[in-house]
Amino acid sequence: MTDAPALLSLDDVAKTYPGGRPVLQGVTMRVAPGETVALTGESGSGKSTLLNLAGALDAADAGEIVVDGVSLSGLDDAGRARMRRERVALVFQQFNLIPSMDVAQNLAFHARLAGREDRAWTDEIAGRLGLRDHMGAYPEQLSGGQQQRVAIGRAMAARPRLLLADEPTGNLDETASEAVLDLMLGLVRDSGAGLLLVTHSMAIARRLDRHLHLSRGRLAPVPAPEST
Amino acid sequence: MRRAILAALWSHWRRHPVQLLTLLVGLALATGLWSAVQAINAEARASYARAEAQMGGAGLAELHAPSGVIPLATYVALRRAGWQVSPVLEGPLRHGGRVFTVMGVDLLTHPPLPAIAESGADIAPVEALGAPGRLFARPGDAAALAGRDGLPPVVATEAVPPGLILTDIGAAEAVLGRPGEVSRLLVLPEQPLGRAPLNEVAPDLVEVAPEGRADTARLTDSFHLNLTAFGFLSFAVGLFIVHGTVGLALEQRRGMIRTLRALGAPLGTITRLVAAELLALALIGGLAGLALGFLLAGLLLPDVSATLRGLYGAPVEGGLSLRPGWVASGLAMAVAGTLAASAASLGRLARMPLLAGAGSRAWSLRPRGWRMMAGAGLVLIGGGVGAIALFDGLVAGFVFLGGLLMGGALLLPPALALVLRLAAGRARGLVAQWVWADMRAQLPGISLALMALLLALAANIGVGTMVSSFRLTFVGWLDQRLVSEVYVTARDDAQGVAVAAWLETRADAVLPIRSAEIRYAGAPLFVYGIVDHPTYSENWPLLDALPGVWDRVVAGDGILINEQLARREGITPGEEIVLAPDWRMEVVGVYSDYGNPTGQAITALDVLLRHVDGVPNQRFGVRVPPDRATALAQDLRAAFDLPPRAVVQQAGVKAQSLAIFDKTFVVTGALNVLTLGVAGFAILTSLLTLWTQRLPQIAPVWALGLTRARLARLELLRSVALAAMTAVLALPLGLVLAWALLAVINVEAFGWRLPMHLFPLDWLRLFALAIIAALIAAALPARRLGRLPPAQMLGVFANER
Amino acid sequence: MNVRAWILALLLPVMAQAQGFAGLGTTAEGFAVPDPAYRLTFPADHGAHPTYRIEWWYVTATLEGADGRDYGVQWTLFRSALAPEEREGWQSPQLWMGHAGLTTPERHFSAERMARGGIGQAGVIAAPFSAWIDEWRMAGPDFDRLEMRAAGPEFAYRLEMEARGPLVLHGAQGYSVKSADGQASHYYSQPFYDVTGVLTLPGGDVAVTGEAWLDREWSSQPLSEDQSGWDWFSLSFDTGEKMMAFRLRGGRGDFTSGTWIAADGSAEPIPDGRIVVEPLREAEVAGREVPVDWRLRLPERGVDVEVEALNDEAWMDTNFAYWEGPVRVRGSHAGKGYLEMTGYE
Repeated sequence: MTDAPALLSLDDVAKTYPGGRPVLQGVTMRVAPGETVALTGESGSGKSTLLNLAGALDAADAGEIVVDGVSLSGLDDAGRARMRRERVALVFQQFNLIPSMDVAQNLAFHARLAGREDRAWTDEIAGRLGLRDHMGAYPEQLSGGQQQRVAIGRAMAARPRLLLADEPTGNLDETASEAVLDLMLGLVRDSGAGLLLVTHSMAIARRLDRHLHLSRGRLAPVPAPEST
Repeated sequence: MRRAILAALWSHWRRHPVQLLTLLVGLALATGLWSAVQAINAEARASYARAEAQMGGAGLAELHAPSGVIPLATYVALRRAGWQVSPVLEGPLRHGGRVFTVMGVDLLTHPPLPAIAESGADIAPVEALGAPGRLFARPGDAAALAGRDGLPPVVATEAVPPGLILTDIGAAEAVLGRPGEVSRLLVLPEQPLGRAPLNEVAPDLVEVAPEGRADTARLTDSFHLNLTAFGFLSFAVGLFIVHGTVGLALEQRRGMIRTLRALGAPLGTITRLVAAELLALALIGGLAGLALGFLLAGLLLPDVSATLRGLYGAPVEGGLSLRPGWVASGLAMAVAGTLAASAASLGRLARMPLLAGAGSRAWSLRPRGWRMMAGAGLVLIGGGVGAIALFDGLVAGFVFLGGLLMGGALLLPPALALVLRLAAGRARGLVAQWVWADMRAQLPGISLALMALLLALAANIGVGTMVSSFRLTFVGWLDQRLVSEVYVTARDDAQGVAVAAWLETRADAVLPIRSAEIRYAGAPLFVYGIVDHPTYSENWPLLDALPGVWDRVVAGDGILINEQLARREGITPGEEIVLAPDWRMEVVGVYSDYGNPTGQAITALDVLLRHVDGVPNQRFGVRVPPDRATALAQDLRAAFDLPPRAVVQQAGVKAQSLAIFDKTFVVTGALNVLTLGVAGFAILTSLLTLWTQRLPQIAPVWALGLTRARLARLELLRSVALAAMTAVLALPLGLVLAWALLAVINVEAFGWRLPMHLFPLDWLRLFALAIIAALIAAALPARRLGRLPPAQMLGVFANER
Repeated sequence: MNVRAWILALLLPVMAQAQGFAGLGTTAEGFAVPDPAYRLTFPADHGAHPTYRIEWWYVTATLEGADGRDYGVQWTLFRSALAPEEREGWQSPQLWMGHAGLTTPERHFSAERMARGGIGQAGVIAAPFSAWIDEWRMAGPDFDRLEMRAAGPEFAYRLEMEARGPLVLHGAQGYSVKSADGQASHYYSQPFYDVTGVLTLPGGDVAVTGEAWLDREWSSQPLSEDQSGWDWFSLSFDTGEKMMAFRLRGGRGDFTSGTWIAADGSAEPIPDGRIVVEPLREAEVAGREVPVDWRLRLPERGVDVEVEALNDEAWMDTNFAYWEGPVRVRGSHAGKGYLEMTGYE
């Protein structure tokens, strides 16, 4: 850990869903600028919940979450929406593109929503992601790998400080996975943003700067390779 | 930010233009039908009001002569006895294939006539009052009359109702060729002290109170009531479409909206923008609907005005004018309707959690809600029945009607679910079982459309049954009441005696038509005296009677009263009524008397003559073999120099009455077809809505070996079966609706009940129409299914998680 | 009073916009014109003169009831011709109008009737005299003995009138000049009727006695263009002398005229400028200011009187409205009379 101001910091964070057992307990972690962090864990270990909290999609029950110097605990719905819009970007396993918009519109969408569209930058991203020939296509006309590249492009085009990705290659075959991951890591490193990536793949986790592991809602030592 | 969100929302419509069109068409149809009916009603009412205001004399009592003609000398005698009356001479003027009504008034003594004051013409008094005088007519009518010789100059003015020529009575005498004649006398509001009684001055005249006359407003109200009911039903049917489309659009955008929120679009902003989007669509659809309604009203209005003018003598112009109030109310209905129809969807959107579990909930009525729906339906019906049981009046009648219709609609899906469950239980064979089960699965999504179909069908059956019953009753009543082959009106009593004597040897029977107006329970009552003749006992329609009714009537031992009097005063046969201090009679029967707002009674002629002095003896019904009627009528006119109007043949009267009446059906029929069309459209909308959800349900069956063609056929069959079941269920609802219209609404509104006649052939036709509508609606989705590339079927499995 | 002609022109509803006061025309348009050489002959001239544009039979009566209260009654039949001819039937150009008024100290009643000539609804026969419109009539064996009746929705009267003096011819042998421009009329009066009769009022019948004054006038010429209205007085003094006086209000100055009638009926015209009238008090009547008390002077006869309305509200609420009511006379001469005023807008 460095002393540089973290892009994302969680201190003793806990979350319990109504009527259920605690999903997260006493989680403390940091993501520094330019740092890529992998988060693994078994199903139900709380890794998606942690990502939702970090992405201001949900509020924690206890503890402190700070994103890019802003504490999330004091924010209402509108404030959290603003955080998502302006400082964070999310990449989902399901891609979550807007089906009625074509690739060009989807790519630019988050940046437009945040009010900082940069055509040259979007165009460069489209080029790097190999989407230039598909700009007029609609999501349903693309393969899964192509759709995920659009989703990554949409996130990066908004110049987020922090990129949060939830199993971004979960729906892709191995070749596509590799390509998508390469592109994403390349873009993140070039932009200086931080990345927190949830995955169940140890192979992917190993390619990132750091690897955290969740077990039953708590950070735990990364298991030995044999166990995955 | 707003722009980006709006672009995303709008992109949905751009990708689904059919959905957008459906929504707009639904809104336009609802608004269009509603506003067309409103426009027709408003135009017709404005026409009467204009006519009444411009012609003055509204609400005044009148003096009438039983012979139809008042001599000028009688007018002067009345004036010189203090009676403040103003003469009117009316008659037809045929010109260029049209019949104009010439209305001559004494311009000096008539109540103020805005029709002339507003004519804007620069007419000197001597020109209007002196010879040859001036005629006032609408510009179109004035142009039509312009070339005719022997007419006074015609002044064109918008202030005169169509088809009417207004003029001074002096000019009217000359134009009509009726010097020294007056048709009726208006009794002016201010009468002096010491005025001589009417029976001393002009005993042959009768004073007719304004409410005793055929009151245009009252009669036409029944017509407007029908139209308004139709307008509401159409609007309700249209709103079902809107509700369906809005719900679908929001459901389909559920995923997009979640994505928008994940990307940082605030929920409040999204909700507000969706509401604004709906408002804009409502305005667009509403405007299109207004245009449609205006067009529709313009097409229907000539028929409506013909109906009103012919049936009720109410002047309505064929033209339509755009009224700001009408535009505002049409748009308000469109917006309110859209918001009402989408309130639930918007509410769901506003409460939608950001992190719901995967899988979108289909827009539909959930089976779990069926018991609740059935409960709500029964409560609504119960409330309606309660309203009519506890309260009297038209409002209670409409509450009953509304409760019945909405309750019936709510009962439909649970009833269908029950039928389908029973059918599925009995089905043999795998495919049959699947079809029934699949229909049940489909039911929630298509319920709203079927409810719309149910309402449209029920409204059709109800209104159709009412109108047809009305017609059948009316025809029967005409047959019964217009029994005599020839009707003759003599100039005076002396000529009446001569006519009767002349006919004695030439006709099978001469039936005097003699009546007197007395007052009973504070209202006018017309008592008719009849002679003993089988014509009455064989033909007169009795609703209720004691045994030996006609023998008792002709023996002077009983009196018949019309339904209006019986209902108003709560009189039943067997009761005694007191017509005058020394005149008590037992009521022995009640007869139907459609369209007549006043009380009427029938007793033996000698009884009437014993109690009332000076009963005119000028009108007769003449029984004669029908083939001799024309010759006899001609002989009568020649022998007594009677004007054509004084000798009338029954056949002509009947034909004319029916021709006029049938005009009403043109309008009703057109509206029937339109509502059904709207309901068919609702089915199409629902099936298209279900389309995306259908694939996952159909793909496994296809995979199990059913061909696409067979699936498409089953798809059609399913739609037809659902429509057929709905139609079957609509029949009882429609009949109850008809009963309510005939026996509740009509009685509350007009004081008489219509007997209900059933027309099973009409139901069959309607059933066929419903099936056809369902077929057409299902054809498009079925065709799509039949041509669906197998890859897309496979894709279902690939996308399935 | 020739000037009353414009009432008729204005109040017929069909005429209202077609023909205002000016529309009556500045010329006689084929109508007969009053002729200074014409000598009145009776009873023929009691009847109608259809070739003249305008004519009236105008009675005002000052009455005292058995209850000791003062009353006034007006009965007027106007004839107005649209063309100088008579014709049978509705299209006769002769139009008739009746006004009846009854004034008590507290209330004023008025009624109005309209009729077309040519059908018998209204008319005048010279002998035996009969004038009628609807059930209103004034008739008798001759002009000296008349029964007069009229009724409205709230009032009625029935009076017997018997003349105690001769007819009075105004102006020069009944030729009465109305303006400096020379407009004139044929004008005579019977100011000497004794009256008995019954008034029917909302409170019941009242037996009355008193005096009546009948004016007969016909002409074809309108007012001068600048004349806007008039004030007309008929006064009966306790001395048995009577006086008719009028003032025509005009932009070029007033025109006054009148007749002094001695107790024996001998009459002397009063030329323009001799009579001096001035309003003493105005009252608000029917939304306008109307002078209801006057000072009237005729120095050459030593007359200097105050004329005071019995009831300020004597407003004739007819299609064309005007003020007409009984007055009391005080000052150099005491008596009773009638006052008529038009043109106060």
